[in-house]
Amino acid sequence: MNRTFKASVVENKKLINNHYLITLNPAVKIRKPKPGNFFMVAVDTGLDPLLKRPFSVHRWIDGNFQLLYRVVGKGTKILSEKKPGNVLDILGPLGKGFPAPKKNRQVILVAGGLGVAPVFSMAENIKNRAPLLFYGTKTKKSLLLIDEFRSLGIDPTVSTDDGSFGTKGNIINVLKRYLTRNSLPVTRYVLYACGPEVMLHALSHLATEYKLKGYIAMEQNMACGIGTCLGCVVKTRKGHKRVCKEGPVFPIEEIVWD
Amino acid sequence: MPKKKNIDLKVQIGKLKLKNPVMTASGTFGYGDEYAEFVDLNTLGAIVVKGLSLKPKQGNPPPRIVETPSGMLNAIGLQNIGINSFIKKKMPFLRECKTRVIANFFGDTIDEYVKAAEKLSSVNGIDALEMNISCPNKQSGWIIFGTDPKVTYKVISAVRNSTNLPLIVKLSPNVTDISHMARVAEDAGADALSLINTLSGMAVDIQTRKPKLANITGGLSGPAIKPVAIRMVWECSKKVNIPIIGMGGIISSDDAIEFLIAGASAVAIGTANFIHPGITAEIIKGIRNYMSSKGISSVKEISGSIKC
Ligand SMILES: Cc1cc2nc3c(=O)[nH]c(=O)nc-3n(C[C@H](O)[C@H](O)[C@H](O)COP(=O)(O)OP(=O)(O)OC[C@H]3O[C@@H](n4cnc5c(N)ncnc54)[C@H](O)[C@@H]3O)c2cc1C
Ligand SMILES: Cc1cc2nc3c(=O)[nH]c(=O)nc-3n(C[C@H](O)[C@H](O)[C@H](O)COP(=O)(O)O)c2cc1C
Ligand code: FES
Repeated sequence: MNRTFKASVVENKKLINNHYLITLNPAVKIRKPKPGNFFMVAVDTGLDPLLKRPFSVHRWIDGNFQLLYRVVGKGTKILSEKKPGNVLDILGPLGKGFPAPKKNRQVILVAGGLGVAPVFSMAENIKNRAPLLFYGTKTKKSLLLIDEFRSLGIDPTVSTDDGSFGTKGNIINVLKRYLTRNSLPVTRYVLYACGPEVMLHALSHLATEYKLKGYIAMEQNMACGIGTCLGCVVKTRKGHKRVCKEGPVFPIEEIVWD
Repeated sequence: MPKKKNIDLKVQIGKLKLKNPVMTASGTFGYGDEYAEFVDLNTLGAIVVKGLSLKPKQGNPPPRIVETPSGMLNAIGLQNIGINSFIKKKMPFLRECKTRVIANFFGDTIDEYVKAAEKLSSVNGIDALEMNISCPNKQSGWIIFGTDPKVTYKVISAVRNSTNLPLIVKLSPNVTDISHMARVAEDAGADALSLINTLSGMAVDIQTRKPKLANITGGLSGPAIKPVAIRMVWECSKKVNIPIIGMGGIISSDDAIEFLIAGASAVAIGTANFIHPGITAEIIKGIRNYMSSKGISSVKEISGSIKC
């Protein structure tokens, strides 16, 4: 199945300050994305911005898919101005998604900021496994999807940097406190995480300390999205690996942090 | 007006015959296989593979790419799987493609260039070599091979003596007078020239005051460099008698035709592959349509037809 396609905007809704949810309807049947997969989206047809922008799949609803994004620069600004009926060039689904958790594992989902977009799609996929969710954001106002998680039967443990909701401080410390109190042996847990690099880095320390296994979704600037430009690499224990091809999801212990 | 079927897209680069003038630019098409899903590789004039070295190379630390207005900077650092893996893992696929395979390669020393050329020349299915001289020379303080005419001459003639395959030399545009370097390459025995490689550039994050690339500087490619590339192709084509493969910012058949008119015999598509993975086939179609609408029967008539 060709992975280049056109999709029309069904809805492009502002959720909170700077954060949008776009629903896209592919003109042709496309491969169903897995949680952790991403799409490269051409936000415009001109020469500036030139490259497609990568976005994680947030939800897949009857052949339509949703992306959750934050306006950070030129490309995402243009995307936020798209109206229903506008047509976009898209490439995907791309990359390796989150692998399914082994039986009997207690899944711990960890989301930081917009990392909640792919984490939600994972949560939806494995809701019958009763996953735990640890979710950190800057402030109460930037919390997303709390009701949606609840409707999956997941009660999020939240922290905010400013203490305006949930525990004050970073979510990795909250997770650490949970782990020191819990009764399960560490080998029973598996982590699935996406968020800012500082969060993932802290999580990898925690994983080493508690000998936890798990998977994290990495980000890197991208040009092609299909493994040819070699622009999107991250350092791993086995040398440079491409986020778009061998990733974006990597075993947590594989990433080498600076 | 000639009918479509009478349109002749064939071109010749030295001894190398291509079914049409559209090739892929090294480093932007991987080893071909990743693109098979998006474009019928058999329709291409040639596939030029990612730059190869004797030993695999890890390349530069990330971030390696950043977008700039109508272009991108890259500092991949010539990461590649090495010639041996290329032969073993990638050539079986490429050998089956009904197109020309051009191996782009480089070295840190003249000796490495020669050894790489010798090794690649013995491989069944490789139709030509493209030597990238826009890389640093270990033996002279990492100064770029392609910026010092004496070194340029030396390395090209050494490679020339070690291969019978058509030898394309890919020039660095980061020099004062590229047409002089083109002459040097011709004198040293090049059968054809590729130009341009990326232009050296830099971008800074004003919040952190740090360079946006880990390597600090990188190579600029994409539509932003097209006018520079066209000018360089035009200047070089007046100075040399060997064919020129033009590249730099081609994103449409109009762009490709502009290069041909300015003096190129063939063109290579680079950054545009990242934007539209099926673009090469579109460009071939577009050249054909242009010819049929203008009543041009052979693409060779377009090359160097500039009126000035
Ligand atoms: C696999 C993957 C999944 C992603 N998923 C999401 C998501 O679900 N929601 C979301 O809001 N964002 C996501 N991103 C980040 C998103 O791609 C960038 O925010 C976006 O490309 C910025 O474009 P811009 O033109 O607005 O910003 P620019 O003005 O280009 O730059 C602003 C910032 O975005 C970063 N950036 C620029 N170009 C790229 C690029 N080509 N690739 C990645 N980052 C870039 C820059 O480093 C800079 O910090 C994801 C990135 C990756 C690699
Ligand atoms: C990501 C990237 C990797 C490249 N790698 C190589 C390479 O390995 N060898 C080489 O000779 N040129 C390399 N180039 C240069 C291109 O082949 C081409 O000369 C240049 O990008 C200009 O064409 P464009 O504007 O169409 O991309 C690379 C360019 C890019 C963007
Ligand atoms: S984005 Fe090009 S290799 Fe990953």
